[in-house]
Amino acid sequence: MFVPGNNPKMINSADIYGADSLMFDIEDSIAVTEKDTARLLVAEALKAQKFHSETVVRINHPTQTPFGMDDLRVILPAKPDLIRLPKVECVEEIELVASEIERVEKENGWDAGTIRIIAAIESVKGLYNVREICKHPRMVAIALGAEDFIANLKTNRTKTGIELYYVRSQILMAARDAEIQCMDTVFSDVKDMEGFEHEVSNSRDMGFDGKSVIHPKQITEVHRLYTPTDKQIAKALKVLDAYADAQKNHKGVLAVDGKMIDGPIVVRAQRVVDQAIAAGVNVEEKRELA
Amino acid sequence: MEKQANKVLVQSATAGFEEKNDMLVTVVPAEPGQGIKVKLVSPVRRQYGKHMEKLIVETVQAAGFSDVNIEAIDKSAWDYTIKARVLGALERGMQK
Repeated sequence: MFVPGNNPKMINSADIYGADSLMFDIEDSIAVTEKDTARLLVAEALKAQKFHSETVVRINHPTQTPFGMDDLRVILPAKPDLIRLPKVECVEEIELVASEIERVEKENGWDAGTIRIIAAIESVKGLYNVREICKHPRMVAIALGAEDFIANLKTNRTKTGIELYYVRSQILMAARDAEIQCMDTVFSDVKDMEGFEHEVSNSRDMGFDGKSVIHPKQITEVHRLYTPTDKQIAKALKVLDAYADAQKNHKGVLAVDGKMIDGPIVVRAQRVVDQAIAAGVNVEEKRELA
Repeated sequence: MEKQANKVLVQSATAGFEEKNDMLVTVVPAEPGQGIKVKLVSPVRRQYGKHMEKLIVETVQAAGFSDVNIEAIDKSAWDYTIKARVLGALERGMQK
């Protein structure tokens, strides 16, 4: 969930809504005249507060703006879990930020890799370099920043999402190739929960690992849509049990409920169970529902 | 807090806002040897005034300043916010 980085009231309450990650923003939501105080506020919050959620700080771009390197200087010693790098266009920008992170990690005696990077693709140029960007070893996730991307495309955001279909697909392929996570862009109309559900369902079905949100009420909906149903969990467990039994008894071909089960189906079943466990579901309770 | 080298303000400066959970901090250069003086306005002054004043003074000292006048208008800010706003005002007060 994005949290404006210069708003103490929002920072104070951000951790109570159950977001998987809190992204303290000192980029687009902060006026140019308040960048200095926003970065200090976020840094002091990170040092003083114990957040249950993963902590991310979206800094300003390190070369396209005069603020990004100062953001890193103040934010990195506060040890966020991740730095979110906006508007990334080439892997050299990741290398620049990664080298700063490495320097601060060494200075403080932290393990290498303590602070990781999530980058956002927000332009066609960034999209054309996304495969290389995703493969940088500091990268743990790639995200889509739709509003800037659409401005770059010279079109508008639609309910169908057709204008984002290609970029979503390409970013997802690059993430899967690099074995990192892929996060979908925000849905700005917080009143339109039906449209939000439609968009989250679509990006989830495409393969995205999560959704950025801008309002607490969107968190519950994302969790609901990303948590497998009881029926899906029970079926996945049945597949995994059958596979384990086949392995144990050296059976070549196996079937569950009359359908042949092969490698990819086992992989998908394991993903369903992993997602359920990550969502806090007691999967063993679901076994009998199969 | 670890104290830094002695620094001097070159101008008055403010940071923060008069909004809930925030604090508007104004720092003004003071005569050498005057020390750190805090004027605090807060709805919770009776309960937390001493704690907040102490935190402000310690933050100013740790940032390396000895002579500063500070006016703080508090709207029930938490400690980290107080510290950030004081540091923000001092940083701005050092810029010419």
